[in-house]
This record gives sequence, C-alpha cells and structure tokens, in this order.
Amino acid sequence: MSMNRRQFLKIAGASTLLGLGGASALNALRGGELEASHVLTDEKALNAKRWAMVIDVSKFRTEEDYKRLTKACHSIHNVPDFGNPKDEIKWIWTDTYEHTFPSQPNEYIEEGIKNKPFVLLCNHCANPPCVRVCPTKATFKRKDGIVMMDQHRCIGCRFCMAACPFGARSFNYKDPRLALKKEEENREYPTRTIGVVEKCTFCFERLAKGLVPACVEASREAAKAAGGEPGMYFGDLDDPASEVRKILSTRYTIRRKPELGTDPSVFYVIGGEKNA
Amino acid sequence: MLEKALTGSRRYWTWVFFLLAMVGVGFVNYLYQFKNGLGITGMSRDVSWGLYIGQFTFLVGVAASAVMLVIPYYLHDFKKFGKIVILGEFLAVAAVTMCISFIFVDLGQPMRVLNVILHPTPNSILFWDMIVLNGYLFLNIVIGWMTLSSDRKGIKPPAWIKPLIYLSIPWAFSIHTVTAFLYAGLPGRHFWLSAIMAARFLASAFAGGPALLILLALIVRKLTKFDPGKEPIQAVGKIVTYAMIANVFFLGLEFFTAFYSQIPGHMHPFVYLYAGLEGHGKLVPLMWASSILAVVSLVLLIFPSLRRQEGILAAACVALFVSLWIDKGFGLVVGGFIPNPFEGIMEYWPTTRETLIALGVWALGFLVLTLLYKITVTVREETAGIEIEH
Repeated sequence: MSMNRRQFLKIAGASTLLGLGGASALNALRGGELEASHVLTDEKALNAKRWAMVIDVSKFRTEEDYKRLTKACHSIHNVPDFGNPKDEIKWIWTDTYEHTFPSQPNEYIEEGIKNKPFVLLCNHCANPPCVRVCPTKATFKRKDGIVMMDQHRCIGCRFCMAACPFGARSFNYKDPRLALKKEEENREYPTRTIGVVEKCTFCFERLAKGLVPACVEASREAAKAAGGEPGMYFGDLDDPASEVRKILSTRYTIRRKPELGTDPSVFYVIGGEKNA
Repeated sequence: MLEKALTGSRRYWTWVFFLLAMVGVGFVNYLYQFKNGLGITGMSRDVSWGLYIGQFTFLVGVAASAVMLVIPYYLHDFKKFGKIVILGEFLAVAAVTMCISFIFVDLGQPMRVLNVILHPTPNSILFWDMIVLNGYLFLNIVIGWMTLSSDRKGIKPPAWIKPLIYLSIPWAFSIHTVTAFLYAGLPGRHFWLSAIMAARFLASAFAGGPALLILLALIVRKLTKFDPGKEPIQAVGKIVTYAMIANVFFLGLEFFTAFYSQIPGHMHPFVYLYAGLEGHGKLVPLMWASSILAVVSLVLLIFPSLRRQEGILAAACVALFVSLWIDKGFGLVVGGFIPNPFEGIMEYWPTTRETLIALGVWALGFLVLTLLYKITVTVREETAGIEIEH
C-alpha cells in the first residue's frame, strides 16, 4: 500500500497526539481519577480528621525544656534567626500568661502561673481567618485540619498576618538563606525565598512519615530524661479514644481567644493536679 | 489627543522632568527593596503593613471622590459641573494608578502577583479589591477620554458611554467599601473591627478627594487659560464641608463606643494613637496635628462667609487634606497593629528608602495627572465658549 505525503502526515500527527497527550487526556475524561496530589503515601503515615495539641504547662520545669522545643522545630524547618525582633521569624516560642491569654487578665493570679512561660504556636484553627483572607490560596486548610502554608505560591501581601488574631505568622523580611548556618541546615526541608509568610505546619512532613511533630517528640525526650510526663500531647480531636481527647475529658483546658470563633486546635492545661 | 501632552511651556516640562526624577529616585530605591526585601522598610513582624498600604487606602478614597462630581452632573443635571467633571475622572485615574502601584511595591514576591488571577479566591477581599480597582480605572479612562475627545470634536459623546457613567457611580462606592472590608472583617484587630468603617472611609473620601480637586482646579486656573469657574468650585466646597462633618462625626462614634464601653481592646489603639501607651507614643504628635487641622478646616468651611473667599477655601482644603492624610494614610493602618495580638507594643516608623519609594509612587501619580490635565486644559482652551452636553 502506498501512501501520499498528506496521508502520512495525518497518521503521524494523530499518533503523536495520542502518544503525547492522548492517554492522560483520556484518563482525565474518565473522571474522578486524576488528582493533583497523586503521590505515594507512606504506610506508616499518621492520619486524623482533625489534628490537635494539648500543652500541659505544669510539666515544663526549666528554661531548657522550652528551648529544646524551639530548637527542635526551628532547626529541622530551617527557620532563620536574624537576631532582632523586627525581622524575627518564629514557629514556636514562649510568652507570659498575660500575653498568651490577653482576654483573660487576672492581676491576682497565682504567682507560679503569672511568671510561667507558655508555649505558643499556630492554633490550626478549624475556622481560620488567615485562610479566609488569602488571595491566592497559598494558605489553606487540609482535610486533617492542618492549616498549611505554600511558601512557593505566597505573594507576600501579608493579609494573613493582619487576619491572624494569634500572631502566629512571620514574614521573611530578609533573605532566609542568609541567616542559615551551612552546617546546621536541614537539606530535606524545602528552601523558601525572601518575601513570603511562614508559620508552624504541625510538621506535616513528619506526620507523612509516621512521626509526631518535632516539638512533641522533643517534649517526650525531655520527659524521659527527667523521669516525668511530657508537656505536649498530639492526636486526633475527632477520635474519642485519642490521647488528646482523654486529657480534654479529664482536665480543665483553655484555648486562646475562643471568643473570636476561630476554633483553635491547641489546648492548654494551665494548673492543678491530674483529675483535680 | 495624546500629542497635546507633548507640547508645552518651559514650566510644564520642568515640572514633568522634576516628577520623572522623583519617579527615578523611587524606582532605584525600589530595585534595592526588590533585591534585599521589605526588611529595608520600617515594617516588622508586629506592624506588617505600613506607609505603602496606608497610602493605598487613602488614595482609594481620592479615586472614589470623582463620583461627587459625577452624581450632581449626570443624576441631578447640575450643569455647572460640566467643565470640571473631567478633572474628577482624570484624578481618579491617577489615584487608582497610585493605588495599584502601592499594592505592588508592598508585595514580598511581586513577580508572583498574577497568582491572584491564576488562583482566583472569591473569599478573599483582596481578590475583589483587585477587580473593583481595575474596573474603576478602566471605567474612568474610557469615560474621561471619550467625553473629552467628543468635546474636542464638538460632538455629543457616543450613546454607549452613558451606561458606563451610571455604572461608575455605584462602582466608586464599591472601591472604597471593599477597601474598608479589607480591615473591617478581621477578628482580633479591635481598631478596625467596626461596622462604621466603610461609611467612615466614604465620608473621609468625599471630603479629602474633592478638597484636592478644589486645589487642583485653582492651580489650573492660575496656570492656564482654562477657568473651571467660581461657582462649581464653591459647590464642591459645600460637598467637602458636609463630608468632613460626617467624617468627624463618624470618628466621634468610634471614640464613644471605645471609651464608654471601656473594653480595653477597643480603647488601646486610640490611647496609643492620641496619648501614647506604656511610654510609646511616636504617632501622638501626628494624630494631634491631624485633629487640630480637622478643626481648623471645619471652622473655615462651615461659615459660608469664610468659605466664599477662595484664598480661605484653599487654606481650608490644604488643612483638611493633610489632616485626612495623617488620619487615614498613616494612623489608621499603623494603629490597627498596635498593640499586637499579645498586647505588646512594637512601634513603626517608615525608613528613608521606604519614604522615597512612596514619594516615587506619588510622583508617578502626579505625572499621570499632569499629562491628563495638560491634555484636558489644551482641549478646553481650544474649545473655550462651546458647551457640549454629555
């Protein structure tokens, strides 16, 4: 069978199209099967309907206990330290009772609580205002309740920083890579650029590998070394059998600024003995 | 018509090159900011918006104020505004240009700005602000240009321009309402979380914008052969007076709610701005200057016998414009961030580079304004004595 030039080009063109884009186009048309997050999931991955954290302040004793948390978090996430409060970037830090719970002031509160440092981080609100205001969906809520931050989509408008009532967000006012020490750099965590917002992500990258957040692990290690109980618990708020739910059902816990309706997922046990 | 901006007196070119130089200085400093980040500004983790966003907010008001000329002329058939309505529309074009530029220079990752269109997010007020601002810019360019070119040819403008003019009226209200919503819907920022915010924005806009317009009209009359007329300027003066009274009244409402309720979160930003909080009071002198200027302008404006003297009217407009610029272009944005969510205080003051960049954007706006007004004035001079109804 002979074919002329025109027929040849037709067949060649059609088969190229089918080969290049045809297969995937057909798949997409079949519907429902193509997802943006088509990645292999680790069998060990930790899953939840709504991740939550309980922080038992009474379990923290020394300054070292707190520093350990921040160091664990900031080192694995390559959080730059510019050494001044203006350009500061922090994912997890401490502050006083008065600053942590400004809507519950009490000047006569027990001295122990008044001077106690409270651990602060993103609340991973169920109704997050930062997600509501973001013009590019660079910050979004995942199915497991984590309020995520895509530092590669963020345009740096800082609307989320104005919207967050908890001061959980930091902006890269300077090039974050300049403040990293080569030898301390975690090469497994993606780098980010200048001019984007960042915050705690509940260690989504560790959860995917079956590990608890770095701060929780650090508090467990500290407890093991001191022979006590850890000050941080992490689990599924939707699961009545989870560790966090057990604490919530037996201890008096409070959240930061609950009156704003953001529904924070971080709870604080601030005093009293167990089952008090 | 564009060619009319290319011929002019020595004074015209000196002014144009002066503005170009200012734009150049701003641009060089912007390149520095582009390379080194927003860390070169006075903004911080706590005060994450500053001079840029303040200017943006203030200028949205200036842009919206064009409607104060459009409504009387097109809806109430107030013929005397026939000559100056174009000045309002072109002022809006220049103001929106500045607004968009201020948003741009405030972005941490400006090269990603198209993400706003690539990933449209209707639940974000910023998304709507982009739509209304660009729409308003487009409307005013088209309306201004079409009516002016029709005037030049001595014909009536095309019929399709009328619906656009009517659309521009609610659109003007929308740009400032949406801008107020950027602030008024944020939980935990007590200073901004106020239902009167949009109304207050509009009131201050309809005072500040027309005040600037009066000054521009007086300058145009002084420098060119085009006379916008005594009566229209007086009529705008009346609008400025009413709007400023409403603005001060609305501000008073904010004070009442904060201080009668005695809710600390609501009082703190006001205390910080007007008296200083815990020893921090960088903005106190500015806010008092704003208040005093507001009172001075009101006294000069409220009495018709004073207002009717153009020199006094001009002085009142300068006082009013500066007062509102401080209040809205600076205090409003910074005050919302102080105290911070932990009730701590981190103060803000713009750096030199930041100020030069802001001045560069203002110069860019005035350059656009100068070119558009030059064209308008030349057309008006050529067609003096001929009235075309729009």
